[in-house]
Amino acid sequence: MATVTGIPGTDVPGVGPARPRRRLVARPAAWLVWGAVIFFFLNLLGVVGSVLVSSFGQQWFDTWLPDGFTAKWYSDAWHQFTLGQVIVVTLEVSLLVVGLSLLIGVPAAYVLARRSFPGKRAAYLVFLLPILMPPITYGIPLATVLYKFGLAGHLSGVVLANLVPSVPFVILTMTPFIEQIDPRIESAARMCGAGLRSVFLRVLAPLLLPGMLASAILVLVRTVGMFELTFLTAGPDSQTLVVALYYSMSAAGIRAQQSVDAMAVIYTSMMLVLLVVALRYVNPTQLVARVKEEPEP
Amino acid sequence: MSVTTSPPATAAAGPPQSPRAHWRHRLAERGVDGQLWLLAPAVLFVMLLFLYPFFYGLGLSFQPTKGGPFSDYARFFGDSYQRGTIWTTLGLALPAALLNVLASVPIAYRMRGRFRGKRLVTILLVVPITLGTVLTAQGLLNFLGPTGWFNRVLMGLQLTDEPVRLIHNYWGVFFSLIITGFPFAFLLVLSYLSGIDPTLERAAATLGAGWWQRFRTVTLPLLMPGLATTFCLTFVLAFSVFPSAVLVGNPAGETRVISIAAYQAAYEQYDYPYASAIAMVMGAIELVIISVVLLARTRLYTGSSGGKG
Repeated sequence: MATVTGIPGTDVPGVGPARPRRRLVARPAAWLVWGAVIFFFLNLLGVVGSVLVSSFGQQWFDTWLPDGFTAKWYSDAWHQFTLGQVIVVTLEVSLLVVGLSLLIGVPAAYVLARRSFPGKRAAYLVFLLPILMPPITYGIPLATVLYKFGLAGHLSGVVLANLVPSVPFVILTMTPFIEQIDPRIESAARMCGAGLRSVFLRVLAPLLLPGMLASAILVLVRTVGMFELTFLTAGPDSQTLVVALYYSMSAAGIRAQQSVDAMAVIYTSMMLVLLVVALRYVNPTQLVARVKEEPEP
Repeated sequence: MSVTTSPPATAAAGPPQSPRAHWRHRLAERGVDGQLWLLAPAVLFVMLLFLYPFFYGLGLSFQPTKGGPFSDYARFFGDSYQRGTIWTTLGLALPAALLNVLASVPIAYRMRGRFRGKRLVTILLVVPITLGTVLTAQGLLNFLGPTGWFNRVLMGLQLTDEPVRLIHNYWGVFFSLIITGFPFAFLLVLSYLSGIDPTLERAAATLGAGWWQRFRTVTLPLLMPGLATTFCLTFVLAFSVFPSAVLVGNPAGETRVISIAAYQAAYEQYDYPYASAIAMVMGAIELVIISVVLLARTRLYTGSSGGKG
């Protein structure tokens, strides 16, 4: 504010007072903001980069960079942690979760988007709760129940647990997509004699395909990255990549740090591939949460 | 609509048609019942996998292995080591969530317009969210460790003589909450900010308001409800911190958060009733804080919209 009061004397030319004043004040603020952003990104780069460099390094103690570079930690990690099997499990779990949550979620989203019925608000609230609650809070009772029925510790338990946040997520992302579709299209199909099934399969499904693809990818990213629920329900042969990474990290010291890093890099690259695919279809903010968005200019 | 619904009643009361046509007729006319069945799998699913476990856990927490119905809760609140986890968790989650939201506002305010590389910045910010806390923990251990790059830079700049201890304590967990939480908060705040009509601010400018006045009296009140929501979501993320508290924190001491206490009860002592009780306490505390914020949010929102009108 001190700069603003100093300006009017210099502000002789007949330019509108609003613009130059804003710019002069904004300049140090802009520097500060950009400085904060760059500092954040530098640290982020350091966090990701140090894992990457370490995974290729031979020995790295008290220097800026490792002594030499090698790729042997990758084959080490692959054999030590039976990564082949872990990746297969990860893919199985996430694809099952994606498929099932779409099957369960899309019809429900359709009803919630199109119809009003008694208890609709209650239904919405119940579908919202699993997203609002932290996974550990409902994960522990859920794991207890799954253990009671002998489902936990296997692939099925992991899939069931991961469905809990995924189905509501599909419902919440699909509802606006369905609301966009003109209901007269369905009415026209109905009038031409289509039953519920053919309205769904031949009219709605093609129209909803982009939306389903987007929410499928979002669920995939979330499931591959979901740690808590998988951690609470997984047995030794149903660990996904994140959980295997966690176990190898918490047992640090037994194995070489670099092979844990190599595993982390494998996980990162898997997530980045998914992310690149996801960003082709969805807006970055959708990855975070569903917010009502205005179309960008 | 009332005209179309009356015929089936007479049709149903009339002479019975062939069962097939009858069924089809009813489905076509009263699509209501048929369509509501589509909701059934999802409702069944939520009941079996969310509500049932939740109430099962709630019931279990009142049936401790020994003692009366409330003895597990009494055990938790009576033991200062366990009770302290609540303050540890809040001491981590509240400052982290506040910092994430407050830091996002000026940055999002500056970046709300269009500029070159905006998409790149948003994409880069999504990266730490997708990486998750486990990988962030691994990176922080390397990066902030005593021989990591961060301490090397600090020592190279002569800011400290010996490495600053940043991992295996409060700060390691705090940084991991910032790294995963800040982009999340930022993207949310950015999308709320771009939802505010810029002409409102231009109108204020024509009336002679400076940028601070415009921000404080026009943008901020409109943004506040969004900020409250963002704070809630960021707080939920930070409150359930588990992997980073174990990996970069000091899980036996200053970062023994409440989720670690619940986990230990369930998977190390196999005391499921006690674990459920801790999980319920955790959920209750979180709901209390969220409802306080959301309650304040309704006040904010009505106040500001009234002023605007």
